[in-house]
Amino acid sequence: MRKILILGATSAIAEHCARIWAARGDALYLVARNEERLKTMTADLIVRGAEQAHSFCVDLNDMQKHVALLDAAETAMGGIDTVLIAHGTLSNQKACEQNVEQTLAEINTNALSVISLLTHIANRFEAKQSGTIAVISSVAGDRGRASNYVYGSAKAMVTAFTSGLRQRLHKSNVAVVTIKPGFVDTPMTASFKKGLLWAKPDHVAPKIVQAIDKRKYEVYVPTFWWVVMAAIRLLPVRVFLKLTF
Amino acid sequence: MTAAPQTTATTTISGWGGYPTQEAQVIIPRSLSGCKTELERHSSLIARGMGRSYGDSANAATVLQTTCCDHFIAFDDKTGLLTAEAGVTLRDILKITVKHGWFLPVTPGTSYVTVGGAIASDVHGKNHHVAGTFGQHVVSLTLLLGTGEIVTASPTHLQDLFHATCGGMGLTGVILVATIQLIPVKSAQITQKTIKAASLEEACEAFEVYSASTYSVAWIDCLATGKRLGRSVVMLGEHSDSGGLNLTVKDPVTVPIHTPAALLNSMTMRAFNIAYWAKAAHDKTQTVPLQPYFYPLDALGGWNKLYGKAGFVQYQFVLPKADGVSNMRTILTQIAESGAGSFLAVLKQFGPANKNLLSFPIEGYTLALDFKMSSSVVALLHRLDDMVAGMGGRVYLTKDAVMKELTFKATYPEWQEFEAVRHKYGALGKFASAQSKRLGLA
Ligand SMILES: Cc1cc2nc3c(=O)[nH]c(=O)nc-3n(C[C@H](O)[C@H](O)[C@H](O)COP(=O)(O)OP(=O)(O)OC[C@H]3O[C@@H](n4cnc5c(N)ncnc54)[C@H](O)[C@@H]3O)c2cc1C
Repeated sequence: MRKILILGATSAIAEHCARIWAARGDALYLVARNEERLKTMTADLIVRGAEQAHSFCVDLNDMQKHVALLDAAETAMGGIDTVLIAHGTLSNQKACEQNVEQTLAEINTNALSVISLLTHIANRFEAKQSGTIAVISSVAGDRGRASNYVYGSAKAMVTAFTSGLRQRLHKSNVAVVTIKPGFVDTPMTASFKKGLLWAKPDHVAPKIVQAIDKRKYEVYVPTFWWVVMAAIRLLPVRVFLKLTF
Repeated sequence: MTAAPQTTATTTISGWGGYPTQEAQVIIPRSLSGCKTELERHSSLIARGMGRSYGDSANAATVLQTTCCDHFIAFDDKTGLLTAEAGVTLRDILKITVKHGWFLPVTPGTSYVTVGGAIASDVHGKNHHVAGTFGQHVVSLTLLLGTGEIVTASPTHLQDLFHATCGGMGLTGVILVATIQLIPVKSAQITQKTIKAASLEEACEAFEVYSASTYSVAWIDCLATGKRLGRSVVMLGEHSDSGGLNLTVKDPVTVPIHTPAALLNSMTMRAFNIAYWAKAAHDKTQTVPLQPYFYPLDALGGWNKLYGKAGFVQYQFVLPKADGVSNMRTILTQIAESGAGSFLAVLKQFGPANKNLLSFPIEGYTLALDFKMSSSVVALLHRLDDMVAGMGGRVYLTKDAVMKELTFKATYPEWQEFEAVRHKYGALGKFASAQSKRLGLA
């Protein structure tokens, strides 16, 4: 039985991962900011087979509370061995361009709050010389694009941070898994027109769970995004400038 | 972490038959309170589950899709009492309850339907003659009314609302939560017995002989004519006592695109029917897992696309038992002559009707088959509708896409009482589907 802490637990991707873990009989500790949905999810996960399901309602932008919530999770489950950081917001790029505060708020949610959590968790796991930390970053962090570079740059920070953290914690037997989903059809992306590149959360979640089980380093889900992003990264700037995506 | 509902831009939706289609705004609330908020925001809408009804019963300009309200609330593995949000699918239920020895009291031929959809259509299964409909196993349900009020209805509390909602095609309100009594099973296997019937009369006789059998259904070759008319393979089933409670749930193989409709022409259908009948062994008993027994088509995701872009209509009607066999023969002859019927023709004997106002089953014989959509098919179906109505039968609303208002009102005589209940609970105008408008409901 794993003892899993999920941050941003009510996100569609996290919820589908939680259901897989519940079916395996793991213990779960859910953190999100919507009380009603946390209550609904904990009851659901128990029926689905979770050994335990607890919840903590907090806005993760409130970094003062990070230590308290980690303590609470450790107490409730008798320790934590796996963490999934899945919270985030899809920034409104156009609005951010006109508003510094909004831009910084997006960076705060998608990067700084993640880094705060990672710092605390890394130290705890390093001390006990075990654990797996998985973070949902994004393909958007691989190269800044006009259509969503605020979100993308926050994710780039998360990707770079986890890369360094992975190297640091490697000798302490702590795995850091960076997950880069492509387009996933979730409430966050509801207003987008969906094409062939889009995947469903229930398709993406098993891949994430597997990456965590196997303590992978960096995974693209679905896998083909690795090729797409490699190609996009390789485009010469001169060509890239002319593209509209 | 956004709490906003998943609202798509306008998209084209349809039922499982792909006909008719409609431009719709699809709202997918992420919580039960989100359903209420959305209801208040829109002047009229219809609930939608997995969209496995065939016609236009879950189509409207605004649909409230329950697929994110798919949480379990409680399950007691001692009593088999299950409480879940309406968007939970039967497939999800089975994954959780079978290993504890509990199975659905009634199940349709696909597990990809929601609890809300199963109640709203008051679905039946191969055990209708002994177990009745899905609604008869609902202990209570929570309904979001047109007024925004949330109430609980059961066979003993707000009975009028309960009996209008079970089978009410989403027209009384949005079902949010339901409590269902599951049935105990000792195994995830079914002992199946196959009997070949050379004619319709033999098939119906088999239903009588084996009326004590828990599950019974006949696959009928509706292209066979003359003496062989109605020749079929009758399949009986009982829950096994052995084999363990391990349920194997495989992901379906998906049909990726619409296949050219010509693939399903009457020649291929005829070849399939003959092969199917010839291959079936007579009086053979075998043990098969629950999944392939109840949901043979679930192994092939998106099989509806096999009918091509124009889609298809599944036509299911029931005829009263008196003169049922000879009336069925008359209709089968008509279908065989049209040459438009499918290989998917299923014959079943129904037990007595229940108290639900628009519930489909009445005691007698029901037949379901597919018609690839075309303009001549609509005319054929209207002709069949008239014949069925004239024989005292009716057509299943969850499959219907073309029935006329007059036919509906003549064959569902309790429609006025249904409207009165809707009026009483503030549903008129608030809940409407393309189907309810076509059928002249307010
Ligand atoms: C392969 C296949 C086999 C089938 N076999 C059978 C069978 O053997 N027996 C049988 O009876 N049926 C059968 N059906 C039909 C199917 O069981 C019903 O159409 C069922 O209602 C579909 O559920 P759904 O969740 O997809 O609902 P939808 O198709 O989305 O909606 C169907 C109706 O239910 C209403 N509804 C849905 N959710 C709610 C809610 N939360 N509150 C209020 N109203 C709601 C809708 O408004 C609509 O009127 C079969 C369908 C398929 C595709």
